Amino acid sequence: MSHADRPTKDGRLLVYRHPLLVRATHWVNALCLLVLLMSGLQILSAHPAFYWGDVSTFDRPFLAVGSGLDAHGETRGMFRLGGFHADTTGFLGAVRTSGGQIQAQAFPSWATLPGYHDLGEGRRWHFFFAWAMVLNGLLYLIAGLVSGRLRREMVPSGAQLRHIGGAIWEHLRLHFPKGEEARRYNVLQKLAYLAVIGGLLPLMVLTGLAMSPGMDALVHGLPGVFGGRQSARTIHFLCASALVLFFIVHVVMVLLAGPVNELRSMITGWFAIRPQPEEKA
Amino acid sequence: MSTSRRDWLRGALTGLAGLSVSACNRLSQSPRVNRTLDGAETLTRRVQGALLGRTVLAQEFPASAISRDFRANGSTSPDSDEYRQHVANGFADWRLEIGGLVEHPLSLSLADLRAAPSRTQITRHDCVEGWSCIAKWKGARLGPLLEQAKLKPQARYLALFCADTLELTLDGTGDYYETIRPDDAFHPQTILAYEMNDAPLPVANGAPVRLRLERALGYKMAKYVMRIEAIDSFAKLGLGKGGYWEDRGYQWYAGI
Repeated sequence: MSHADRPTKDGRLLVYRHPLLVRATHWVNALCLLVLLMSGLQILSAHPAFYWGDVSTFDRPFLAVGSGLDAHGETRGMFRLGGFHADTTGFLGAVRTSGGQIQAQAFPSWATLPGYHDLGEGRRWHFFFAWAMVLNGLLYLIAGLVSGRLRREMVPSGAQLRHIGGAIWEHLRLHFPKGEEARRYNVLQKLAYLAVIGGLLPLMVLTGLAMSPGMDALVHGLPGVFGGRQSARTIHFLCASALVLFFIVHVVMVLLAGPVNELRSMITGWFAIRPQPEEKA
Repeated sequence: MSTSRRDWLRGALTGLAGLSVSACNRLSQSPRVNRTLDGAETLTRRVQGALLGRTVLAQEFPASAISRDFRANGSTSPDSDEYRQHVANGFADWRLEIGGLVEHPLSLSLADLRAAPSRTQITRHDCVEGWSCIAKWKGARLGPLLEQAKLKPQARYLALFCADTLELTLDGTGDYYETIRPDDAFHPQTILAYEMNDAPLPVANGAPVRLRLERALGYKMAKYVMRIEAIDSFAKLGLGKGGYWEDRGYQWYAGI
C-alpha cells in the first residue's frame, strides 16, 4: 500500500503521519500508563507519605495525605505539604463511599486498581505493566533510532528553536500550524515529547528500580543518585504527577487541534492537512 | 442542552464510572488474570536472581545513617502465655529448633546463638508499604547453623515459624511464618538478629531473634522466630502460598 499523499474530495490532503509501529506502541503505552497510575495509587494508599533522603521521618513527611477525627468524632481527610495543612475530606484521605458515608481511605475507589484496598493486587498489576511499558518503550526507541525517525521527527531544527518565542505566542492564541508546516511536529510538541520520552519515562523506570531492595543490592549507588531510597520514591511520584499533567495538556491539544483528524492519524496513520493558498500556487 | 439530557448524561457518566470500577475489581479477582499478572513476578524473580547471584551484598550504611524512629510493624507483642513467660525470664528457657529435612536437628539457646559465628551490619529496612528505616543488626549467621544441621538433598525451602499470631483463626493459619530458599539462607548477610542498635532485640522488633534477609522487603524478615524447618514444599503450610502475607496476596518473591 502506498504511503504517498492522497488528495480528498473536499480539497484537503491526507498525509501518512504515523507508521504502524508508532501507532501500536503509542496505544500500548497509553494503556500501560493508565494501569500504572491507578495501581500506583493503590500501592501509595498503603503509606501515603513522602520523605527526602534514605529513610522515612514519620513525624515530618514532606508530603502526605491522612485522616483523623474532628472534634465531633467525624472522619476528616487531611493533606499536608511541609508545614501547610488542608482539609481534603471527600477526595483525599477520607472519601465518600457508594453508601454516602465518609471513610478513611487515601484515594477514591475510581482512581485505584483494584478499587478496594489490596496492596498485593496493586503490586501485581503495577509490575506486570511496568515490564510491558519498558519492553514497549524499548521497541519504540530502538526502532526510532535505527530508522532515524526519532532524530528526524523529534529533534527540533535550529530554525525551529530560533523561532520558539513565536511558536509559544501562536500556541497561546491557539493558532496551530497549517499546510506544509503541519506535516511535522512543531517545536513545542518536539520538546514536550522529548521531555517525556527522554526524561520523565526513563526517570520513572530508574526511580522505580531504585525502590527494589534486589536492584539496590546489585547497584549500591542507585538510590543515592536520587538522594536515597525515599527521595527516589518521592521523585517517582512527582514524575508520575508530571506525566498526568502532560496527559491533560496532550488531550486538550488533541481536542483543540481537531480530535477526529488527530485520532484518525494515531489509529490509521493518515492525517489531513489543508494546503495553504500560497502553497497551491 | 436541555436539563433532562444533562441529567441523563450525568447519570450515564456516574454509571460508567461505577461500572468501570466494578469491572476493574472483577478483573482483579479473576484467577486467570492473576495467573497472567503473576508471570511478571516470575520474570522479575528470574532476572533479579540471575543478576544478583548468591553472594552480592546489600548496601551497608555508616552509623550516622541509623534511623531515630525505626517503625515496628505487624505484631509488636505476641499475645500468648508461652511468649509472655519467655519475656518474663529473659528468654532463658527459650530454644530455637532447627529440624525437618536435616541430618542433625538442633536445639539452640540464646547463649548458643550468641556464641555462633556472627555478623554485624547497618542496613536499610524497606517495608512493602513504601517506608524505609536504617538500623544496626547483630546476629548469628544462618548459613553456618544450617551447615551444622546439614540439609538433606530434598530440602528446597526453609520455613520459619514465629511466636506471633497476626490474625485469629481456628486452624492456626493466622500464625506468622515465612519460607525462603537455601540460597538466600546461606547469603553472608542473612542472620538471626539478636541485637538491634547495640542493645538486645526489643520485643516490638521481634525478640529474641528475627530474620534479616537484606535483599528482600520487610515481610520476609520474620520476627519472633521459634522454629526453622527444612521442607521440600510449602503447599501444606498455612494457606499454601509460602508465608503469612503471601497467603494474603503478597508476592512470594520480595526483591522488588
